Amino acid sequence: MATSSIHVPGADPVDDSRSFLSRLRNGDEIARLITFLFAASVVLITVMLVYELWIDSSLARQKFGLAFFVTKLWDPIAEQFGAATFIYGTVVTAGVALLMAIPLGIGAAIFLAELAPQKVSDPLQFFIDLLAAVPSVIYGVLGVFIVIPMMRTFIAPTLKATLGFLPLFQGPAYGVGFLTAGIVLAIMVIPYIISVSREVLLSVPRDQREAALALGSTRWESTWKVVVPFARTGIMGSIFLALARALGETMAVTMVIGNTPSISSSLFAPGYSIAAVIANEFTEATGDLYLQSLIQLGLVLFLLTFILNGLARLLMLLTAARGSGTGRA
Amino acid sequence: MKRLSGLLVLALALAGVMLAQGGGLINGAGATFPYPIYSKWFDQFHKANGAQINYQSVGSGAGIKQVTEGTVDFGASDGPMNDDQLKAYRAKNGTGILHFPTVLGAAVPTYNIPGVNETLNFTPDALAGIFLGRISKWNDPAIANANKGVNLPGNDIVVIHRSDGSGTTYIWTDYLSKVSGDWKDKVGKGTSVNWPVGLGGKGNEGVTGLLKQTPNSIGYVELIYAAQNKINYGTVKNLAGAFVKADLASVSEAAAGASKTMPEDFRVSITNAPGKTAYPISSFTWLLIPEKFKDATKRDTIKNFVKWAITDGQGDAEALSYAKLPKEVVDKELKALSKVQ
Repeated sequence: MATSSIHVPGADPVDDSRSFLSRLRNGDEIARLITFLFAASVVLITVMLVYELWIDSSLARQKFGLAFFVTKLWDPIAEQFGAATFIYGTVVTAGVALLMAIPLGIGAAIFLAELAPQKVSDPLQFFIDLLAAVPSVIYGVLGVFIVIPMMRTFIAPTLKATLGFLPLFQGPAYGVGFLTAGIVLAIMVIPYIISVSREVLLSVPRDQREAALALGSTRWESTWKVVVPFARTGIMGSIFLALARALGETMAVTMVIGNTPSISSSLFAPGYSIAAVIANEFTEATGDLYLQSLIQLGLVLFLLTFILNGLARLLMLLTAARGSGTGRA
Repeated sequence: MKRLSGLLVLALALAGVMLAQGGGLINGAGATFPYPIYSKWFDQFHKANGAQINYQSVGSGAGIKQVTEGTVDFGASDGPMNDDQLKAYRAKNGTGILHFPTVLGAAVPTYNIPGVNETLNFTPDALAGIFLGRISKWNDPAIANANKGVNLPGNDIVVIHRSDGSGTTYIWTDYLSKVSGDWKDKVGKGTSVNWPVGLGGKGNEGVTGLLKQTPNSIGYVELIYAAQNKINYGTVKNLAGAFVKADLASVSEAAAGASKTMPEDFRVSITNAPGKTAYPISSFTWLLIPEKFKDATKRDTIKNFVKWAITDGQGDAEALSYAKLPKEVVDKELKALSKVQ
């Protein structure tokens, strides 16, 4: 049936093309070719993206050079542009978000996959998938109406009273700022970590658990020492996904971060992220240098994602070499 | 067979789109601030004359860029094009571009101080001082002296500004540049600036949202936004020394005051305009029309539209909270329209 549908009527193949055509008739070759094209297009899009960003930011690169990365000033009137404050804001908010989301997310995934009865686990998973599909602007609204007032009236005063000796928790708290953005981002990325980690944990072969239990370990020991290490690559994958989302998130961040380019040791201080400034200023950017600096910020974000992902992967390789029981996962 | 007919439908649809574009559809792009009235005007103009004008509210900066690159037939902007931009336009297109004011807008100071429900008066010095970060307490004499009888707290002022590039910011910073030498030197005017202090909110709604969430804050929003959302805002002391609350009449008055000194190309800032009842933080918004058109039909349609918008079309302005053009300006524009060829 498959052969008849792709039969080439009237074709009179010459000798050397006969084998190719016969393979074509086979269908496998076509499937291979088409899927290869799809896979290649992903690479092509990435390359084109970098190329476009690179070409369209040439003016800014010439003018500011490497100083672009360390300059704090962002002044559209004087046409002086630097990315330092935005890089700082992007890294800090994503870092705060992951610090909160990783333990919460993995803990919840372990509960759902290993400990909860299916009656509880399945409906919960439904809600988590729902959370993952909520548009980011909704999380921004949540941030504006719930997290910001909570930050000003409760979270910040409590942190100041208990951990106020740390520079991280000093200075005036307006409600908006790095910590608020980090919390909103954490809420946004937790569903990704839970969903992916749960799937990975569930796919750990049953005999691994049974072997651990048969050796006399408790339920928790079998989960923590056998199942989780077995699934660690997949769990790390979920964290990469969360990191990528946190770095690139635009709408929710710009609604709660304060949109002030500054570097401050305090997490209460308002800041700015790369994605947020691009979204805010791109449409009204007059002047080539201004526009190109914004495009170069896009390139920086690309680079940042690349580097942080690389570092995370390196960390995984290093710990995998040291750790035990990772098996073939 | 099914696939073939699918392709055929697609090809027909594409051809249809191309035909529609060839058939006298006029494209414009630019400022978001006048979008509500422009879309109403285009709709009414279409009903009356059958001409299709398509407008994308992509922002003033993008509007200037697109008209310069020739991807649209006309642009629109909340701030006039500067000399460099005019030069760039001429270099690219071999002809000039003209500015036509259409309606007026204004930026108003709005605040959230717990316990203060009165309408506050702001002097130019107070506004510049607050936004420069020099005046940091609400009970500073610069604010208190203009507001006798109001019980102002000694709390720190939180400044809130727009984070996105916007025409409102342009008007606001243009005004501050005129009334404060320090502001002019240190910050300057533009759709986005390097703010000395404060938090940024995206859009009028972002500024208002932050303002409501932050006690002791001050920010600025478009007059239209404040009026439609019933947000209370302060008065500003004008050049004549009177504290004026922004409304349609006081904004039009600012334009009338400035019309005597109106330059031929209409590129004029009317912030801090003379006139006893003029509101000082007002501005025109402009259509950017190329001097020469290759397509005579397009040229005539656009000219007809501008003529209609600044005369009959003005009747729609106030219902949408835009201030009307004063008659002097309309007469001047009608004359200038003949320059479009």
